[in-house]
Amino acid sequence: MKTLLKILSLIGLVLTLLPSFLVFYDVIDMATHFNLMGVGVILWFGSAPFWMKGPSLE
Amino acid sequence: MSEIQQATAGGSSLVERLDALYEYDREPVAKNKLHGWGTFIAMFAGEHVAGTEFVLGPLMVMHGVSAVDFFVGLLIGNVLAVLSWALFCAPVAVKTRLTIYWQLRKICGPYLTVAYSAFYAVILCLLAGAMVSVAVTAISIPFGIPNPDYVAGDTIPTLPWMFLALIVGVVIAALAVLGFDKIAHFSKICAPWMVLVFFSAGLAVLADLGATGFSDFWTIASEKIFTGVPIGGNSKYTIWHVIGFAWLCNATQHIGMSDVTIFRYAKDWKQGFASAFGMFLGHYMAWIASGILCAAFLAEGFTNPQPGNIALFGAGMAGLISVVIAGWTTANPTLYRAGLAIQVATPNWKRWKVTFLAGAFMIVTACIPAVNAYLDRIIGYYGLFFMPLGAFIFVDVWIFPKIGLESDYAEKNNILLSWPAAVAWMASFFIMLFFYGKDNFPWLTEALGQQPPWLASINADLMFMIAPEWILSVLLYIGLSYIQQQKR
Repeated sequence: MKTLLKILSLIGLVLTLLPSFLVFYDVIDMATHFNLMGVGVILWFGSAPFWMKGPSLE
Repeated sequence: MSEIQQATAGGSSLVERLDALYEYDREPVAKNKLHGWGTFIAMFAGEHVAGTEFVLGPLMVMHGVSAVDFFVGLLIGNVLAVLSWALFCAPVAVKTRLTIYWQLRKICGPYLTVAYSAFYAVILCLLAGAMVSVAVTAISIPFGIPNPDYVAGDTIPTLPWMFLALIVGVVIAALAVLGFDKIAHFSKICAPWMVLVFFSAGLAVLADLGATGFSDFWTIASEKIFTGVPIGGNSKYTIWHVIGFAWLCNATQHIGMSDVTIFRYAKDWKQGFASAFGMFLGHYMAWIASGILCAAFLAEGFTNPQPGNIALFGAGMAGLISVVIAGWTTANPTLYRAGLAIQVATPNWKRWKVTFLAGAFMIVTACIPAVNAYLDRIIGYYGLFFMPLGAFIFVDVWIFPKIGLESDYAEKNNILLSWPAAVAWMASFFIMLFFYGKDNFPWLTEALGQQPPWLASINADLMFMIAPEWILSVLLYIGLSYIQQQKR
């Protein structure tokens, strides 16, 4: 389960980063870039909180 | 000024309350509680990619910084900041393993420590307000509420905007009352995503500025982003401003030593270099990205490059969400810490009352557009104000033992207020403020009239004061401490 969550998080980050390169090289338009980044938000925040532990100094 | 001797054990209820508040941190950190590199890297990367990064990059564009000045200046300033953490702050923290509160308490006495806490609380409220303002610039967009445009003359926002700020502020204050552990964890989860949002938004709009490949970047950066021409009547910033600001913006934390509280958990002083992850992701990449976003936004014919507007422009809803989260997750712990500091002066008040009091100040601050428009100045002032105390700690820990002066003198001699620290602190700050104010505060310029040539030749900006103030405060503190300790 944790592995699946990590994979989803990774896909979320890829969808946050990759579309900007595709816009830059004129492969996709800005609207598609916005939509893909939106999907990235959902994937990241839907998966990362369940496996990612924040380091604490307390 | 005479030394105030502690007459009885219960000499000051204010001091007792402050001590009680920090009782938990009185002892040095135990060895089994120390942390490795990963903790500090994650912490710095999370804390320094924040909502205010959306303000500071555009401020540099608006002040007409040239591309060379920006890229080289930021590189030098951020390296100086990292070195300050690694060579000044972390070694002291690892040697003493005490919080800034107890460190100051030993050196300056409890009264100055109370003053430090009170001033720090005010500044924290102000910064939390700036972060709320950043979040509201994003939340206002879906509601069609225009963001205040300070450059166009908006000195206060519209009523609906203030209403949004009130709601956001109340929510943040309520969460701060409940504690901020979960939000601190959440902000760490946001960090990797937030770094990529900044990068992606900046890269995506580069094409709008005419870039067709990375080989064009420098041409576009020089001619269309960091043009060297100020916008909207702003003053011109040079490489010295950029270096000074990149170094000064966290001066309270590094050479001001407030981060000894964090680094006392480090296994080794070299972990101070972990600050590079915060500086080069947050104060380099994120400032470049937000600068690009600002320039592209203006090039499209829009005005008022507020954080929400430029984030929406470069990353759509993901950008808006990032601005809200960046503002919220940084405002929350900031307000919590401000509440802790204010609690000292309000002994019979419940925590929730104190936090809401700080929250009210934060909301008022958020509704003053000038705060974000002059955020670099505000950060500059508070950096200069708190920096001398860090210099005293450095001197007390490292230099006093080598020159035959006694360290922790206030604690060892039951002194409530160290007059060498008080005089050196105020004198170094106000002397520097005078050199800045003589050309920048109209009332002072007028009062001085015709300045003598030597004074007129000094044209010092706030950003250039770091090194002179540090040296002055060190010399004053050593000299006055020598007089104090000889007398006794």
